[in-house]
Amino acid sequence: MPTAALMPFADAVTRYEPLIGLETHVELGTVTKMFCGCPARFGGDPNTLVCPVCLGLPGSLPVPNRAAIEYTIRIGLALNCTIADWCRFARKNYFYPDMPKNFQISQYDEPLCTGGWLDIWVDDPAADGGSRPVRVGIERVHLEEDTGKSLHVGGSTGRIHGADYSLVDYNRAGIPLVEIVTKPVPGTGALAPEVARVYVTELRDLLRALAVSDVRMEEGSLRCDVNTSLAPDAVQWGTRTETKNVNSLRSVERAVRFEIQRQAAVLDAGHRVILETRHFHEDTGETTAGRSKEEAQDYRYFPEPDLVPVAPSREWVAQIRAALPELPAARRARLTAEWGLSHREFSMIHNAGGVDLVEATVAAGAAPADARKWWLGELARRANESGAELAALPITPAQVARVAALVAAGTLNDQLARQVIDAVLAGEGSPDDVVAARGLAVVSDEGALLAAVDEAIAANPDVAAKVRGGKTAAAGALVGAVMKATRGQADAARVRQLILDRLAPG
Amino acid sequence: MAGELTMMTAAGLAAAMAAGEVSALEVTDAHLARIGDADDRVRAFLHVATEQARQAARAVDQRRAAGQPLGALAGVPLALKDVFTTTDMPTTCGSAILDGWRPPYDATITRRLRAGGVVILGKTNMDEFAMGSSTENSAFGPSHNPWDLSRVPGGSSGGSAAAVAAFEAPLGIGTDTGGSIRQPAAVCGVVGVKPTYGGSSRYGVVAFASSLDSPGPLARTVLDAALLHEVMSGHDPCDATSVDAPVPPVVAAARQADVSGLRIGVVPELSGEGCQPGVLARFSEAVELLESLGAKVAEVSCPHFSYALPAYYLIAPSECSSNLARFDAMRYGLRVGDDGTASAEEVMSLTRAQGFGAEVKRRIMLGTYALSSGYYDAYYGKAQQVRTLIIRDFEAAFEQVDVLVSPTTPTTAFPLGERVDDPLAMYVADLCTIPSDLAGNAALSVPCGLAPDGLPVGLQIMAPVLADDRIYRVGAAVEAALDSRRGHRLLDQAKGLS
Repeated sequence: MPTAALMPFADAVTRYEPLIGLETHVELGTVTKMFCGCPARFGGDPNTLVCPVCLGLPGSLPVPNRAAIEYTIRIGLALNCTIADWCRFARKNYFYPDMPKNFQISQYDEPLCTGGWLDIWVDDPAADGGSRPVRVGIERVHLEEDTGKSLHVGGSTGRIHGADYSLVDYNRAGIPLVEIVTKPVPGTGALAPEVARVYVTELRDLLRALAVSDVRMEEGSLRCDVNTSLAPDAVQWGTRTETKNVNSLRSVERAVRFEIQRQAAVLDAGHRVILETRHFHEDTGETTAGRSKEEAQDYRYFPEPDLVPVAPSREWVAQIRAALPELPAARRARLTAEWGLSHREFSMIHNAGGVDLVEATVAAGAAPADARKWWLGELARRANESGAELAALPITPAQVARVAALVAAGTLNDQLARQVIDAVLAGEGSPDDVVAARGLAVVSDEGALLAAVDEAIAANPDVAAKVRGGKTAAAGALVGAVMKATRGQADAARVRQLILDRLAPG
Repeated sequence: MAGELTMMTAAGLAAAMAAGEVSALEVTDAHLARIGDADDRVRAFLHVATEQARQAARAVDQRRAAGQPLGALAGVPLALKDVFTTTDMPTTCGSAILDGWRPPYDATITRRLRAGGVVILGKTNMDEFAMGSSTENSAFGPSHNPWDLSRVPGGSSGGSAAAVAAFEAPLGIGTDTGGSIRQPAAVCGVVGVKPTYGGSSRYGVVAFASSLDSPGPLARTVLDAALLHEVMSGHDPCDATSVDAPVPPVVAAARQADVSGLRIGVVPELSGEGCQPGVLARFSEAVELLESLGAKVAEVSCPHFSYALPAYYLIAPSECSSNLARFDAMRYGLRVGDDGTASAEEVMSLTRAQGFGAEVKRRIMLGTYALSSGYYDAYYGKAQQVRTLIIRDFEAAFEQVDVLVSPTTPTTAFPLGERVDDPLAMYVADLCTIPSDLAGNAALSVPCGLAPDGLPVGLQIMAPVLADDRIYRVGAAVEAALDSRRGHRLLDQAKGLS
């Protein structure tokens, strides 16, 4: 595969203005499929979750799934869209073996939801507080049915052309699929790749909060197509490419970055960008040319005659709106205010997957700063080491709050607290269990501490002499000895003071 | 006895069986014998399900013996158009592309027939995928008109109409998309009904044009058609376009058979130029008859009906071009050219080239063109606007009258082969029936005598959406008056099989 010429990213975004747009497909988590009663479930042996309807057998007819329509309205409302009071499904006609009817029931010029937006916060060193908001316009949200899944065996490309044979699994055929299309997002400049990634991240969180999908990119329940174009300035629009198969958050960012660099090199060489679909390759981070869209495929859309129009009543839409959970953007606004954080600080908690945990820890009585400190510090490190999600660590927010409370009460210092957390993670019980079992607690008995100090001075006469001679920095070694002797249970600052008092000249 | 049984009406057979005068098995065997005797000439059936039919009949007899409840038509034999899916019989739609296909599920109507104890004798011939007006587009050869075997039985439900007219079955079921029940009923001298669109389920009816397809009954009397209408109709949750409303009281209306005080409109656009003089003569007499029975007759113009035929030939092909896309050799049916080296696309293409007949291909191409980007507005879009105008014509007309009438077809049965090379001449056969399909309202064809050529003429009665009872009321009145005037049933004059 020839490697495309690339322009360094910084040069590319200096010379050209990128314009991005995203089309996201979300498989809804309804119990049954879009137009039949088959389970809408991932997995299952090939072609076991099928019936005459989702196999498109002659004579079969679709009956729409009300829950799928409700989920789509929920998504539309959460994205600030207008919900159509009357719209129709349409047939998108094209031949492909994994499409049972050789047309897809989709929506064309009458989508269920139109004209909304999603606000995201993007890191920007140049901005106040290190991040800035970007409003991503939503063009439309529509509902359709998923296709089956092809597996092309043999050949070099993994595509149907050149394959020895192909296998088709129709389990996925007919699973409700929502397509969310953004408006072109202008003015992102060098931040374009990040804007793309953060948008998909925010969208994923939103969909999860709405409980409409399990949004697993690796299982294909959230799939992204990324449109990228470059223009000489912010006024003109360039020719776009549509990059398919972008199936992780990181890939979204990489795909945009690669396309910006590639298209900049193409334009710089005096060529024109070809309107085409491109395929993203996870392994190399590159995109390669797919089907040309210069001659647009004619899908011969027309209103689906097997279905009646969808006409959600105002009352129903109002009910759905009233039942919406707190959405991520509102939550962000509330928590940044409650916790006194900048958006960038909040983003760090968010990106670490810690918002729920910090909130629950605060709810259990911890100060927001303490809760954040433990989850993003010690616990994030442990999670990193074991490659686990923060939420998967075997410690509860209530336990973290208890540790913070013990520190605040002076029972533990940070060092002891880390030991307690280690023990909790190791399954030794609750923080109080660990403190009791290990006899951990800051030694606050002055007599016992003084005895340990005297012991340390006696054992290290050379060091003691240096301190007496005014080299107070040398006291560190004595502090260390005392801490060792008390197994860390002393307050190091207090120990240092006691040593300095004991060895004070004169 | 066997011969007498096949001459009886469905209502008569049901009564005789209920009275214990005859068993369902005897009734079924009599009709199977008649099929054996006559169908080599009529060729109404593509598949005769002797064993399944006899088994269904025995089950009815057992239920009756056990005192269990039975449907109004339990034990009555029926000829089912080969467009309804059946798990125990092939379903071909008259097409080579589905030759031998055995569906894994029953159509809703098939299920209702079985549940009601109706005995399905077999599957009847039809124009391929219901596209045609003569059954000559069947991949398995044409059926013949029992009045004159050298003539067509009409189409696309020609097999069911011919089976009923040839006394092979007292009842038949067809589908009407542009006239495919009423037109064969008219030219075979039987009763045929297109119910209100959505009044009878399309689930398991292999689609031709989804927004038009309407399954309905064929019978030798209006009452028989009404009895079958009640058994087969009603809301079906498996069909999103099915009407969620009670079935209109069609049986009561057929028994009422009274038109006194009813306002009847004659549509000049459907009963003038283009109609055979013999057809017009019978039609005028039928209108006079209705007047003599106490109906008030007026002329009601429907100015946009003249655009119905061209609008239909954009809408129906557009929908069929999409509906028939699924026949691609990938999952079922014919597969051509799969030699291990051909691509999926080549196999699809070769299969469709060989599996579809000329008329089906013509309509797929018409529809594909009409839906194409850049042409959609001028063709499909414009045709839908015409459709709206036709609906408004009907609405305006039904403000003035209770039912509209016209000849069912412009001509009597034409000779086999006469129009096969002239699609436009073939299309004109549905001139009078298409408006009701486009508007979705109810319409019935009832025999109203013979033209001078000795062939039957049909009177079409049209009623508003969900007023199906009215067409039965008027149809039964015409039938009763004509039978009484004639002194015998019209079909007794059918010469083709004598």
